[in-house]
Amino acid sequence: MTSTEPFRPWAALLPVLLVTGVGVLLAWALWSLPPEAAGLSAQVREQLPNSGVRAEVTAVLLNFRGYDTLLETAVLLTALLGVWNLGKSSLPGTDLTPGPVLETLVRFLVPVMILVTGYVLWLGGHASGGAFQAGALLAGAGVLALVIHPEAILLRDHLGLRTLLVLGPLMFSLVAGLVMLTGRLPLEYPPAQAGSLILLIEAANTLSIGLMLTLLFAGGRPPRGRRG
Amino acid sequence: MTPLDWLFDGLLGATLLWLGAQVVFARRLFSTVISFIALGMLMAIAWLRLGAPDVALAEAALGGGVTGALLLAALNRLERTDPDEGEKDDVH
Repeated sequence: MTSTEPFRPWAALLPVLLVTGVGVLLAWALWSLPPEAAGLSAQVREQLPNSGVRAEVTAVLLNFRGYDTLLETAVLLTALLGVWNLGKSSLPGTDLTPGPVLETLVRFLVPVMILVTGYVLWLGGHASGGAFQAGALLAGAGVLALVIHPEAILLRDHLGLRTLLVLGPLMFSLVAGLVMLTGRLPLEYPPAQAGSLILLIEAANTLSIGLMLTLLFAGGRPPRGRRG
Repeated sequence: MTPLDWLFDGLLGATLLWLGAQVVFARRLFSTVISFIALGMLMAIAWLRLGAPDVALAEAALGGGVTGALLLAALNRLERTDPDEGEKDDVH
């Protein structure tokens, strides 16, 4: 509301009423939930041996509800495309010169973060971890690298970069489609190969998610070409 | 649940609420972003206390880390396009 508009009490009251109404509805919904609910955890535990992984959350995300996760990676890719359409990347133009402390720290941190990324990805098979967490770590490494070296090859729009960006969603869709050749439903992995297929999908998605989040940080479409 | 647990969880919940208010009502956009990052980190601890390590990991890495970096980058860009924008009140 700008100051030139006349003050109208009812216009200020309406949002308050709306917010209070939604708040009361939410509180009522929360209150009416059973305090202890079994949910679907019994079913998940029962089907866990067929999922190919030993972690319940990974089994749900990559196998039982794999379709949701596939769409999530597509949402992230769409978000990046949206950002690319808004304008050019601003990072190479920054006049920021990193100090020696920051530069040395980043040089030590980035390899360690890449290593931890691989560990978290591997961890997803039997404990808490997986592609999104590993991808976020990789993006952390990418953001740090961009801060000290904005002219990096990462920030050049070329075929290699685009391939890496779609690798995750593409691998997911490919596996989803290929299992249909054996007479199954899309994303219905054969239990014997499920573990390897999930690792393949998660590895590809870690790379893509890490790169997508890094490029979101760059805040626009990188310049074309291979060399910085 | 020992009294110490109650104390820790109570403090955690109260701090989360306070940080949430800071995110909405802080006068400088920079304070808002920093409060948001702190909120993400403490929220991760809250998820851990609730026995959801997967959500905690995702919240710390994505909610606090990546989103925080994105907001800082956006803020930096805002300040460069309009010198007044970054320091302006975000309460309308």
